[in-house]
Amino acid sequence: MGQGAVAVGKVAVRRGTVPFLARRSVRNVLFKLVIYPVLVAGSIVMLMPLAWLVSSSLKPSGLIFVVPPQWIPKPIAWENYRKVWELIPFALYTRNTLIITIGSIIGGVSSATLVAFGFARLRFPGRDVLFLVLLSTIMIPEQVTLIPTYVLFRLIGWLDTFYPLIVPTFFGGGAFSIFLVRQFFMRLPLELDDAARIDGCGSFGIFFRILLPQARPVLGVLAIFSFMGNWNGFFLPLIYLNSPEKYTLSIGINLFRGTQFAAWNLLMAASLMMALPCIVLYFVAQRYFIQGIVFTGIKG
Amino acid sequence: MSPTERREAIEGYIAISPWILGFFIWTLGPILASLYFSLTDFEVVKPPVFIGLGNFRRMFFGDRLFWQSLKVTATYVFVSVPLGITLAFAVALLMNQKVKFLGFFRTAYYMPNLVPAVGSAILWIWIFNPEFGLLNNFLANFGIKGPMWLAHSKWALPALIIMSLWGVGGGMLIYLAGLQGIPTDLYEAAEVDGAGVAARFWHVTVPQMTPVLFFNLVMGIIGSFQVFTAGYIMTGGGPRYATYFYVLHLYYNAFHYFRMGYASALAWVLGIIILFFTLLVFRSSAAWVYYEGELRGRR
Repeated sequence: MGQGAVAVGKVAVRRGTVPFLARRSVRNVLFKLVIYPVLVAGSIVMLMPLAWLVSSSLKPSGLIFVVPPQWIPKPIAWENYRKVWELIPFALYTRNTLIITIGSIIGGVSSATLVAFGFARLRFPGRDVLFLVLLSTIMIPEQVTLIPTYVLFRLIGWLDTFYPLIVPTFFGGGAFSIFLVRQFFMRLPLELDDAARIDGCGSFGIFFRILLPQARPVLGVLAIFSFMGNWNGFFLPLIYLNSPEKYTLSIGINLFRGTQFAAWNLLMAASLMMALPCIVLYFVAQRYFIQGIVFTGIKG
Repeated sequence: MSPTERREAIEGYIAISPWILGFFIWTLGPILASLYFSLTDFEVVKPPVFIGLGNFRRMFFGDRLFWQSLKVTATYVFVSVPLGITLAFAVALLMNQKVKFLGFFRTAYYMPNLVPAVGSAILWIWIFNPEFGLLNNFLANFGIKGPMWLAHSKWALPALIIMSLWGVGGGMLIYLAGLQGIPTDLYEAAEVDGAGVAARFWHVTVPQMTPVLFFNLVMGIIGSFQVFTAGYIMTGGGPRYATYFYVLHLYYNAFHYFRMGYASALAWVLGIIILFFTLLVFRSSAAWVYYEGELRGRR
């Protein structure tokens, strides 16, 4: 890097007069001697609980309460994973979670993109004020709107259905999503729209034919975030779903814990199975993942 | 307005109409309704009965659990948020030193965030198990007898804070990207001016990073005040209300006792508390957040 080159040149010129410790190369070596051990130690701290999760999930019942713990159990109890499917309706929970997750992804991605298009590419009176209102809703904690929303869903008979978890996502998919897509659309040159208009394209033609095809990366980010949020969601399913055949994985596994409080191997297996799609998704779509996290964290 | 402009405006409103509708149905309407409910006695099955400020009077003067939950939540927020940001920033700084295996380190630190909230709550109950858990067995290697963690009223909240730090990888990714985005010519210029490592850190890195740190501080405060899942699953608010978070109190009032009026009042107070701290951070930010293109201080 340029920075490095400049530094090396300067040190070379001044070598005779600079005290030993201030020399870049020496300090760099010392620095690296500190950095790597610290980073490695930190990684171990971060990964240990995960290793513990995997290891516990593979222990036969007799080995869970052995001190000191055996990291690689003998024998390895692969059947724990099958047992979870037998003890709880894991497939049903997965299906329910998938319905909610996919429904919310469709609702959130489609409506957020459309709204973002309006805010980014069309001119209308009050646009900037409305956008400020949109941004300020990020600050409102969901508890403030929770109770009236619950009462409303109760009134229209939607309690214990998936609707309260899916339908609201069709109304913009959250301020963050809209903001994310809007920023993306703002970066595309306006000449694209003008050229299309000259060719007789209407606003929505521009949206569908010109902008959407280019927005695939940002739609990917949005879909991943929506997936993670809904797959892992706990609070709302807890409030809205009452009957066992409607439970999501989050609720189902938490209930499982209540009945099997000593079967840590099975609980770990269930938790790991639930985490698996998220982990796979991360490794498959790492670039989108990191982009999304970085974006949502850097600018508000 | 010309016909084409009018047409574009109409299409604009159509495009944003899902959000406009949603804003009235899911945001503004419920906020106002919740304000009204907070002034009533409302048990869902019967229509609300107006009682003025009764709920608030009861909250402030007759509900010890309200104060307890506020204390617990504030402690959680003001320990875990600064600690989490500092740790995440420190790790990001180390990773930004052109280290090898960056991809591995990044993934290793981020991995914990991929475990669903319920899964990690259950995992950590097991890790904190005083006798058979990972943590106390690890401490035993050093001859330390670990505490009872979740079962002890003094250790339960620190345990949940420790668990929250397991998630620093998310912030780390953000800060790392921020650090990588700092233009190298700023460092070069500082170096030409004779700035050492420390000076470059304080006069280039920190000012360039303050907007990001600030934004994450605000979002961290907003998010942490709403902490729920860990307390609900891992401790149920106990032992002896040591982890009885504010939203737990709200949840139990609303969905166990069906005191919807009282719970709405609790929600409003939470909203105001969050707003207060957010504004406080915003106000103070003028003193320490540096934005590009802004002249301030020594420059």
